Amino acid sequence: MSIIVDNDTKLVISGLTGREGSFHGLRNRDYGTSVVAGVTPKKGGQDVDGIPVFDTIKAAVDECGANTSMIFVPARFAAAAINEAIDAGIHTVIAITEHIPVHDMLDTYWRARDAGVRLIGPNCPGVLSPGKANVGIIPAQFFDQGSIGVVSKSGTLTYQIGNELKHAGLGNSTIVGIGGDPIVGSDFIDILTLFEQDDETEVIVMVGEIGGDAEERAAEFIADSISKPVVSYIAGFTAPPGKQMGHAGAIISGSSGTAEAKKKALEEKGVRVGKSPTETAQLAVETIGATA
Amino acid sequence: MDLLEYQGKQLFGRHGVPAPDGEVADTVEKAVEAAERIGYPCVIKAQVQIGGRGKAGGIKVAEDRAEAEQHAGAILGMDISGPRGEGPFTVHEVWIERASEIEAEYYASIILDRSAKKLMTMLSTMGGMNVEEIAEKDPDALVRRHVQPKEGFGRAQAAALVADAGVADDASEKTAALLVKLYEAFNDSDATLIEVNPLVVTKDREVIALDAKVTIDNSALFRHEELAELEDPSAEDPQEQMAKERGLTYVKLDGDIGILGNGAGLCMSTLDVVAQAGGQPANFLDAGGGSKAEAIIDALEVITSDPKVVAILFNIFGGITRCDEIAKGIIEASQQISIGVPLVVRLDGTNSEEGLGLLADADLPNLHVEKTMLGAAEKVVELAKAKAKA
Repeated sequence: MSIIVDNDTKLVISGLTGREGSFHGLRNRDYGTSVVAGVTPKKGGQDVDGIPVFDTIKAAVDECGANTSMIFVPARFAAAAINEAIDAGIHTVIAITEHIPVHDMLDTYWRARDAGVRLIGPNCPGVLSPGKANVGIIPAQFFDQGSIGVVSKSGTLTYQIGNELKHAGLGNSTIVGIGGDPIVGSDFIDILTLFEQDDETEVIVMVGEIGGDAEERAAEFIADSISKPVVSYIAGFTAPPGKQMGHAGAIISGSSGTAEAKKKALEEKGVRVGKSPTETAQLAVETIGATA
Repeated sequence: MDLLEYQGKQLFGRHGVPAPDGEVADTVEKAVEAAERIGYPCVIKAQVQIGGRGKAGGIKVAEDRAEAEQHAGAILGMDISGPRGEGPFTVHEVWIERASEIEAEYYASIILDRSAKKLMTMLSTMGGMNVEEIAEKDPDALVRRHVQPKEGFGRAQAAALVADAGVADDASEKTAALLVKLYEAFNDSDATLIEVNPLVVTKDREVIALDAKVTIDNSALFRHEELAELEDPSAEDPQEQMAKERGLTYVKLDGDIGILGNGAGLCMSTLDVVAQAGGQPANFLDAGGGSKAEAIIDALEVITSDPKVVAILFNIFGGITRCDEIAKGIIEASQQISIGVPLVVRLDGTNSEEGLGLLADADLPNLHVEKTMLGAAEKVVELAKAKAKA
């Protein structure tokens, strides 16, 4: 097993005909993901390297049986594309697009929840289940198949940690980028729940950063509901208050959302928190050694 | 983006939220002229993005022309710091408004509650102090209500909030009406925070927003041209201004080690490991996917324009970004501009072998290659310390 994407994934890509969409879409297909369709309004009937393009997601669902959608369209149209996927009966939507207005996402978040659709992102690198499917922009070469589940707000930081795990001879069940925006479709808690239920996952690595309280809430949740060991890393100890550190959600507001508070909340619940990406990977290695 | 008080009040004005009329001025002369038009007593308020302006001497009441001149002269050009160590910011503009006769001070805000994925409205009759102080002093005095996505926030919801907060009867209707307008302003302008503190009841029982703290979602500025054009001359430091013009994600910090990383998370992590190694980062700069020489030159120019910077760390983990492209960018940049300080480079990930090979062949002076992120952090701290001693 693994979570969110696997051999049953039939992917439709909104924005496949764009530069980024086609680059990553074809990489995903090369990896072995079943990419069944692309969607670009008014470009229905075309194809991208053999992948048929439709005007609507509904058509891609009807014609090709798409069950998962990846959103690669520009920010101002992205929420509408997610809504379209929800209405078309897609069960999993992975939104890569960055800079979607927060008010758009507030509306879209509840649409997805009410429809029972799993939304990952936006502003995320996607989801990779090594050996099965890759949906998004995660460079698959740094990850082998294995038993460590990774959930992260950050892309490159995840690659860094994944690469260190690989050098230590370890692999991953699934790597989930949940995104760095203030409103994301799935939080740490949602993904931790999936990893808890996943047979292949033995240890979970959770990579957080400043802003919001998703890590603090995850700490409570881990103590109450997660039986598998979790190790964590938090970025942003040196971030000053009030400054947005790249990600729209990475901002300390007043005195809340600091890395120190998140680390403390996690450690109080028995989660080991690495000081650096390297130490975090080492903690995961130790933990998996201890469970073996 | 955070609006200055007067920009927030102008936004309120466009949405029918009652706030005192006033004028903005950037010289003492213009401030006095504005005060004369507005009449006395009037309030002269420093326009900078910090709380506690009053305590810091940035808000003064003028009873006549002489006082207006004196206060405007004192406030314009002053350096002002916030209670949490924000700034100091130099005051370039003052806002002059008619003084209000205050009978009661309330607190009102609308925020984006990230955990609940809902908007939250807050109201308290204990205004004037900050929200943390209210919550600490009397948690029950701060009423919080989520806006339900399908319900919105209209007269009924506003009336309930006002009743829960215990607003005086003869001010409740006007307070509720103001809150509804405030909510409309929030939605129409893609705000993520609006705080009015104090919201005042005047002697003649009018309810008006005496202050305005407004944050607009940067991602939505494309549909708010009038807001996108606003500027805050006090907040931009020269490097941040320069980075903005070049489309770089840059945040100025206090230290002396320039940092360039790719990806927001890795970049934050780089700052942290440099600090752990005993160094002080001078900035956050996320190069994103930008690997072209041009982007690297841009980034290096911004970093080195900060005179405090004595060494620079490049921490790149190539995913989609290819390390050989980064290496070419660094080599080209070093030929085109004079960097002047030692550069520590750590390249890992996609095509890192090729990238490191290119750097070895180029044999650039003052360039140090490190294999790991921690090693690179230690090296750059060592170089910075050596430079500081010299």
